[in-house]
Amino acid sequence: MPEELKTDSVGIVSPKCIHFDEDLALRSGKTLSGFDLMIETYGELNQDRSNAILICHALSGDHHAAGFHSESDAKPGWWDHCIGPGKAIDTNIFFVVALNNLGGCAGSSGPTSLNPETGKIYGPDFPVVTVRDWVKSQVMLSDRLGIEQWAAVVGGSLGGMQVLRWAISYPERLRHAVCIAAAPKLSAQNIAFNEVARHSIINDPNFHDGHYLEANTYPKLGLMLARMVGHITYLSDSAMREKFGRADTGIESSTSNFGRDLRSGKLSFGFNVDFQVESYLHYQGERFSENFDANTYLLMTKALDYFDPSVDFDGDFSAALQQATCKFLVISFSTDWRFPPERSREIVNDLLKAGKEVSYLEVEADQGHDAFLLPIPRYINALKAYLMRAHTEIVERAT
Amino acid sequence: MRPDLEIIQQWIEPGSRVLDLGCGDGSLLTYLNAAKKVSSIGLEIDAGNIEKCIASGVNVIEQNMDEGLGNFQSNSFDTVLLTQTLQALSKPHDLLDEMLRVGQYGIVTFPNFGNWKSRLDLALKGRMPVSKFMPHQWYETPNIHFCTVKDFDALCHDSQIKILTRTVVDSRHQGSWAMKAWPNFLGEIAIYHITRK
Repeated sequence: MPEELKTDSVGIVSPKCIHFDEDLALRSGKTLSGFDLMIETYGELNQDRSNAILICHALSGDHHAAGFHSESDAKPGWWDHCIGPGKAIDTNIFFVVALNNLGGCAGSSGPTSLNPETGKIYGPDFPVVTVRDWVKSQVMLSDRLGIEQWAAVVGGSLGGMQVLRWAISYPERLRHAVCIAAAPKLSAQNIAFNEVARHSIINDPNFHDGHYLEANTYPKLGLMLARMVGHITYLSDSAMREKFGRADTGIESSTSNFGRDLRSGKLSFGFNVDFQVESYLHYQGERFSENFDANTYLLMTKALDYFDPSVDFDGDFSAALQQATCKFLVISFSTDWRFPPERSREIVNDLLKAGKEVSYLEVEADQGHDAFLLPIPRYINALKAYLMRAHTEIVERAT
Repeated sequence: MRPDLEIIQQWIEPGSRVLDLGCGDGSLLTYLNAAKKVSSIGLEIDAGNIEKCIASGVNVIEQNMDEGLGNFQSNSFDTVLLTQTLQALSKPHDLLDEMLRVGQYGIVTFPNFGNWKSRLDLALKGRMPVSKFMPHQWYETPNIHFCTVKDFDALCHDSQIKILTRTVVDSRHQGSWAMKAWPNFLGEIAIYHITRK
């Protein structure tokens, strides 16, 4: 943690592990007999338990959404600029719950945890989990926390898909759904990128059919490549030009070098890393591979690929949304090409078709898909305004 | 509340479904939601206005009306509102068609270019009129399709649109017997309640 604790930080937080003895019947037909969920909570649950907000994380997120784990912690949780006292998700008025989803690698039951049936690490034997399964487990968590109805369920990207699943499958259990930079289901292009990622992991010689931990190794190169490809899809062309186009390379004579900053000032005329963007991707991939489990990555991408609430409604997404009773806030970002604004407008239009209450904004932002994790004023202000309104409703209900 | 909105709200049935095209900061829908318990949605493109709508609990969709209302089902609303926006559309006649496809009734208000002050500006000064309701110079105005009460009457006639009520008011939003007699000459703001023939 930085020397001075900022007044708008939730401060030092401790994760909790919550164990469930109950069986969880999964979409795949398999059953998890008992499981753990790692959670963090911020703020106080009010007396009538009406001020709770659930945060659903995206592909590589976890339960550590805000605050610091210790005094020496250098980086706060992944959505710290959004969650805290006076922030968009205001912990002075809301009780915020974040969890690590099943199949994750940050403490919840997943490929790196022990299989109670065998006493060994699950590894590749951890069952494939879907968004539907996650939300089912989140409902069990809600029951455990005594939260009958969430004031709001909030998530971006894969998190936004969990929000949609909540609204469709458990309509009575939330009043507001905030779905950011998501899609009703993946496109072929999205699945294609995921398959490249999986292919590179599975074919890494250190993958050992998923049993790499037993062999005391991990598929570092595969995971790196998976993350590098993923990372490219999170950024926009303009964001990359901006990020890697600060200095004149001497190659391009124009004022913009199109993001072609050189690493060492000259070309190597070999197959080494010449450009900044290359070393950046290497760095991101390497760091990620050291902190993330390859089997979890495979599971998360599969959950993305399988997400499609319309399957229970003859492919009619608006019929699926017909089940919902909450209000919706849908947000997209102009340069997001992973889940572009058109995909969010599909959600909005099907909500309109289903006669649901929805607000939608398309935020001008250069950062691509990554924008949903960044403090972009228009986005954050709208989210704050929306949740303040949800808070007003809580106050009005109470009186 | 803006006085032209005062007149409009009389035409909205309690509990009905209302779509407001160019809903601004959402003040009309806020009023209708509370006073008439309508279920409503507004369309808006201005970021500041969208945030104000969200803050007041008005459902608002960021959508450019010039791209049409294709994402709205036919007859999904009782009333579709278009207040002080007609003149800024690229194809006003197409949107009128769309309004009456999506809704049973339409309410349209616009600044009347046939008003005597506008005529005087053109006749005496030879300049495009600039007034409280049309504060822009010709080159920077978002208002690209001005019309008069007579023009709008003619468009409704040609487009098989039935005019249920036509009211004109002045800048203080007051009507008078004289305005009823010479609406195109005296009226500054025209207010139409329309439906399909």
